[in-house]
Amino acid sequence: MNTIPRELKLTMLKKMMLIRAFEEQAEKLFMKNLVHGTMHLSIGEEAVAVGAISALEKTDYISSTHRGHGHMIAKGGDVKKMFAEFLGKDTGYCHGRGGSMHIADASLRNLGATGIVGTGIPIATGAALALKMQRRKEVVLSFFGDGAANEGLFFESLNMATIWKLPEVFLCENNMYAMSSSVKRFIPTQNIADRAAAFGIPGVVVDGMDVIAVYNTTKTAVERARSGKGPTLIEAKTYRYKGHSKSDKNLYRTKEEIEEWKKRDPINTFKKHLLESGELTTEEINRLEESVKDEIKKGVEFAIKSPEPPIDSITKYVYVEGDEQ
Amino acid sequence: MSIITYKEAVRQAMVEKMREDKKVFLMGEDIGVYGGAFGVSMGMLKEFGPERVLDTPMSEASFTGVGVGAAIMGMRPIVEIMFADFLTFSADQFANQAAKLRFMTGGQLKVSLVIRAPQGSGTGAAAHHSQNVEAWFFNIPGIKIVVPSNPYDAKGLLKSSIEDDNPVLFLEHKLLYNLKGEVPEEDYRVPIGKSRVARKGKDITIVATSIMVKRSLKAAEILEKEGIQAEIIDPRTLKPLDIYPIIESVKKTHRLLVVYEGCTTGGIGGEIISKVGESKAFLYLDAPLFRLGGLDTPIPYNMNLERKATPQVEDIVSKVKKIVKGDWYA
Repeated sequence: MNTIPRELKLTMLKKMMLIRAFEEQAEKLFMKNLVHGTMHLSIGEEAVAVGAISALEKTDYISSTHRGHGHMIAKGGDVKKMFAEFLGKDTGYCHGRGGSMHIADASLRNLGATGIVGTGIPIATGAALALKMQRRKEVVLSFFGDGAANEGLFFESLNMATIWKLPEVFLCENNMYAMSSSVKRFIPTQNIADRAAAFGIPGVVVDGMDVIAVYNTTKTAVERARSGKGPTLIEAKTYRYKGHSKSDKNLYRTKEEIEEWKKRDPINTFKKHLLESGELTTEEINRLEESVKDEIKKGVEFAIKSPEPPIDSITKYVYVEGDEQ
Repeated sequence: MSIITYKEAVRQAMVEKMREDKKVFLMGEDIGVYGGAFGVSMGMLKEFGPERVLDTPMSEASFTGVGVGAAIMGMRPIVEIMFADFLTFSADQFANQAAKLRFMTGGQLKVSLVIRAPQGSGTGAAAHHSQNVEAWFFNIPGIKIVVPSNPYDAKGLLKSSIEDDNPVLFLEHKLLYNLKGEVPEEDYRVPIGKSRVARKGKDITIVATSIMVKRSLKAAEILEKEGIQAEIIDPRTLKPLDIYPIIESVKKTHRLLVVYEGCTTGGIGGEIISKVGESKAFLYLDAPLFRLGGLDTPIPYNMNLERKATPQVEDIVSKVKKIVKGDWYA
């Protein structure tokens, strides 16, 4: 743990704080009726996105999910363009075509965020195949949830990545619920990571509320992938504090359960650790909070002021030929 | 010029593109040493090796997605689906991912993917290995659909499809694989989105695709003996559909019949007829606009039933006669 440089730890903390602040602000905008569509918040799960992506090189790839705000921010996404996309503006990452579920920045090597559970998994595997064919050294980190672990695509893709020894890491963000369905009901074993045994690859369970643990686990898996030994299945056990989406009335779990997980909040725990180890002072935390607040404020202002996409550009991006429209 | 089969034309297009461009590779089930279920990729493993002629496990849903992911990374994968019927497995990755990723990301991603699949009936393979699937994908924006009817078009269109930056569904016909035709020795392309007049005529316009071009040409020979001159247009690609020459032809012949193998209901005929009916060609019509598609039934195993399920030469002849003679509803 002490081998991780202080600077990196501070960056990790800041990114977690930024994700939390982004999503809290997103929810406020939603409540104010400024948002046309829905959103899926990852509040409580920040340590997974940040810990895992911090273990990558900048040049490595990720594939994201419908609950992908955290992945984008952890990969270095621009909060301004994210808010703009969230509000459907032309200045958003996807020019208002994607919305919350599809925010992605290809230039940051994000392969996209898909809205259909599990469908990003084979795409990530295909990207890893391309990297191998192109004799490149980058790896692909494939994010998916516990729900996706019950899609056939998961098993098929893990099989192909294994037989072809692809440079890929499979990271299951087990937030305990696929919409309303508890893993206890739909996963017959204690761990999703146990499924790795069927492919003869490492399957590792990690505490998804502990950013350093996620970082270390992912680092090992990334090294394995980069050295040509093939994939690792990581299961990060975490928790989504908020509902699945805006329609969720939390009828499938108790307030007590949510409160219990909040006691292990990944951001508070990490702050406490850094304070206790003397790597961070209260003053520095305050400064971090100010800077995060400022970034969020500027992001929202930018998004609100931004123009809507021109109506007559509606079919732009359907086909490559349409780009000149 | 050399005379080659449709199957050889498809193979030549892949081989020549793979020699020319390292980004192009073929993946699918049993395409390596086996040469593919119909022998289309026979011999390619020897020239290109197992990485570029990549045998996959039986995981169509996922290896189609693997093709999407590789395409995003700048490769130009050709994914072979052993039978077009199996595209139901691939449907999400093709219709929801390949077709939409570019749009949903505001133009950031490019999916230069070709899916090749043989379709059609006539081989006694029953309902899981005989369907026409173009209508399933016809109303998905973001993809192109190519349906070549002869070796020349198959080779020229496949090269264009591989070079296209959009996802392309390239539907071959099993009964055409051994059809011979002239193909130039030199490099050439057939552009996507350009129809072809397969036969000139003045009495009726027949729009036919894939195997139905061959059957319509035969029907036209019979009809000619009875004094009916049929003009045959092969759209060659369904998406985008080159409707203008069809409209112009109908203005000249005043009659239209769309012939296709897929089930009649919800098939391509309805769309082509609508486009013509909405155009100025409507003002020139001497007869209602007609379609002759397959029956709305799964493809049966029994040979006689199987024949009955899709339009045959005699069906085309009799339909055209009724339209031209005014026995429209007989």
